Amino acid sequence: MFENLSARLEGAFKTLKGQGKITELNIAETVKEIRKALVEADVNYKIAKTFTDEVKAEALGQNVLTAVSPGQLMVKIVNDKLQELLGGSTSEINLNANPAIILIAGLQGSGKTTFSGKLSKFIKSKGRNVLLVAGDVYRPAAIDQLKVLGEQVGVEVYTEIENKNPVEIAQNAIKHAKSNGFNVVIVDTAGRLSVDEQMMTEIANVKKAVNPTEILFVVDSMTGQDAVNTAQAFNERLDFNGVVLTKLDGDTRGGAALSIKSVVNKPIKFVSMGEKMEALDVFHPDRMASRILGMGDIVSLVERAQEVFDQEEAERLQKKMSRNEFNFEDFLSQLQQIKKMGNIKDLMGMIPGVGKAIKDIDINDDAFKGIEAIIQSMTPEERRKPELMNGSRRKRIAIGSGQGVEEVNKLMKQFEEMRKMMKTMNKLQGAGRSMRGLPFRR
Amino acid sequence: MGLFNFFSKEKKAKLDQGLEKTKTSLLSRIGKALAGRSTVDDDFLDELEEILVSSDVGINTTLKIIERIQDRVSRDKYLGEAELNTLLREEITALLPEPEAHLSQDFNLPEVKRPYVIMVVGVNGVGKTTTIGKMAYQYKQKGYKVVLGAADTFRAAAVDQLKIWGTRVGVPVIEKGMNADPAAVAFEAVKEAIDQNADVCIIDTAGRLHNKVNLMNELSKIKRVMQKLTDGVPHEVLLVLDASTGQNAFEQAKQFTAATEVNALALTKLDGTAKGGVVIGVSEQFKTPVRYIGVGEAMEDLQVFNKHEFIDSLFSN
Ligand SMILES: Nc1nc2c(ncn2[C@@H]2O[C@H](COP(=O)(O)OP(=O)(O)OP(=O)(O)O)[C@@H](O)[C@H]2O)c(=O)[nH]1
Ligand SMILES: Nc1nc2c(ncn2[C@@H]2O[C@H](COP(=O)(O)OP(=O)(O)OP(=O)(O)O)[C@@H](O)[C@H]2O)c(=O)[nH]1
Ligand SMILES: [Mg+2]
Ligand SMILES: [Mg+2]
Repeated sequence: MFENLSARLEGAFKTLKGQGKITELNIAETVKEIRKALVEADVNYKIAKTFTDEVKAEALGQNVLTAVSPGQLMVKIVNDKLQELLGGSTSEINLNANPAIILIAGLQGSGKTTFSGKLSKFIKSKGRNVLLVAGDVYRPAAIDQLKVLGEQVGVEVYTEIENKNPVEIAQNAIKHAKSNGFNVVIVDTAGRLSVDEQMMTEIANVKKAVNPTEILFVVDSMTGQDAVNTAQAFNERLDFNGVVLTKLDGDTRGGAALSIKSVVNKPIKFVSMGEKMEALDVFHPDRMASRILGMGDIVSLVERAQEVFDQEEAERLQKKMSRNEFNFEDFLSQLQQIKKMGNIKDLMGMIPGVGKAIKDIDINDDAFKGIEAIIQSMTPEERRKPELMNGSRRKRIAIGSGQGVEEVNKLMKQFEEMRKMMKTMNKLQGAGRSMRGLPFRR
Repeated sequence: MGLFNFFSKEKKAKLDQGLEKTKTSLLSRIGKALAGRSTVDDDFLDELEEILVSSDVGINTTLKIIERIQDRVSRDKYLGEAELNTLLREEITALLPEPEAHLSQDFNLPEVKRPYVIMVVGVNGVGKTTTIGKMAYQYKQKGYKVVLGAADTFRAAAVDQLKIWGTRVGVPVIEKGMNADPAAVAFEAVKEAIDQNADVCIIDTAGRLHNKVNLMNELSKIKRVMQKLTDGVPHEVLLVLDASTGQNAFEQAKQFTAATEVNALALTKLDGTAKGGVVIGVSEQFKTPVRYIGVGEAMEDLQVFNKHEFIDSLFSN
């Protein structure tokens, strides 16, 4: 997501390359470039200014003689500052109440309802008994939308179709939760503009009525300069506890994250990275900062994979992958698990270098159906030895699976690509942990 | 005047008072910057730059506008406030392309074979479905027969949402339920529109992020499949942009244009604090006119974009 920003920063650092030490003169251009890059990345222009002023002050204050090179020094300073700005450490959601009540708020279309579904799944997986509450009485089919998501994740959704009063609905839902043994209640609310006095009063009233354990402000990561206004306005009315950044599976530079964090000083607690209910991650400022500098979010990826994958099975596969023995049987058995992790391409895209490599490779989730049919039409031997697949076998399989020969060929090609990628992934995963904080921390 | 420096000056005190929550449009703020000034000096340009950048106009477009103004000033030897007003308005107007004649104007359909087909595309949650509801209302008001196609078969309750809009406005919605092939739904909707002698057919599509190759290919396919029925459809490919979106709108416009040849833009949620300034650059770069603006969630809350009004309101304060 921040690739663009890191590319820009790299560009900015280039002007420093080959310089002996940092001076007011030779840093000026770099500082300006960083500032431009940040603003182009949608960081609020005032925050970008403060940020670069601090970077500059620090750079000038360094003992330049001990610095390896001014460029590297700048990278380290920018990296540290980014981390600082994004928040010191991981901040977990507070569920210490019975029931814990989580109120979801934000602008229209930011991703609140989707996030509510995801969060309910996330908390449920921690062994809690979760209730979703449909508190959006305005948007057409908002209640249905939450009901569908609730069904998908197996969480009950509390609704009152006829009631147009979100305060009452929330209160009734909590009564329902208490008498039915739910220990976490997530209240979805309608999108609202910070300048809509009536709607802002409404949500403030919901807060007053139910006294939430946690209020989360959901914001679209593509947001521009306005992020600060909106975050500040919502914070003034709700004094929310944390921020959720959505749609990070896109290619937005995501500067809003920096802006919001520094203007309201509330932790970013979750990031949402897709439309599927699994596409949720807790926010790690350190990883985000290294991501800004183009190091990829390998640790997140590994963790997410671990959560979904059966550990033993994963280890077995890991071995097969590294020995390049991964075959169609493994492939078939993994399709289900991969599907559970969300869009495979998005996952791969999180690995530096791989994102670009798979850009033009067609990995369609829906294509899985056809793929399954093809693999099922192979003999066990063929599944174990993909290299057996000659022309006549392919033709037979095409007929057997009801797919075209073209499809079979495509799968064979994709399979090869996947094998290759898995090898890469394997290597990178191995390197992942030791890559953190490098090369500047040493 | 010399070279203009990006962020070269300390900010004016009044702009430093935190981040204003008051709803001041991009336009009126430029008016404010102009008020009481009689020369184009670095201070003025700094202030203008700040206003534009903080309205999401983006650095490149901002610098372009400023350059044009500097050029004009050195050429015309302009001075008075009134002229500066005009000049600024002209230079921004010049960046915005004119709507093409073969597209529907003010919800009056052009002389094309009916039905006039509009395909609506955009990233997640920008307001596509809502805009379609509002457009359906406008066309219906004009006496046209409207058919909607529910080709977002992916997002939870997307079909229901469009159906509610159909009922609200009183127009039929062609659907094949959730998880149906979106191209098949679009095909069916256009076919129904032809069979029912409808004037306008508007196709809703699922929100998708432009960096997802598969989903973008799906969009191209929806368009191709429609074209099997009749030539020239869709007449209008409307890309919906959210006014609160920052510079990512450029990438959105680029990828959606590549996949579907976008020829019109809608800018939604302008009733909020976001300025939507990024459309100036987007519209200029892709030569795609802004056609509509969304100013609320009710069915009446859609307006035809009028760039002269847009620019005028910039200076009316
Ligand atoms: N790609 C992607 N899409 C997302 C993500 N989160 C939400 N969406 C999509 O964004 C759109 C809007 O999401 P909703 O959950 O309906 O947003 P909302 O804030 O509840 O919207 P309102 O209730 O209308 O204010 C839907 O198409 C979602 O599928 C995400 O992390 N990535
Ligand atoms: N204030 C305001 N809200 C709007 C406007 N246009 C749309 N919305 C709201 O934005 C949210 C998302 O709108 P949708 O029409 O569902 O967006 P979409 O692009 O169809 O979303 P997906 O299909 O999920 O990608 C809803 O809550 C709408 O009511 C507008 O002009 N102003
Ligand atoms: Mg919602
Ligand atoms: Mg929609």
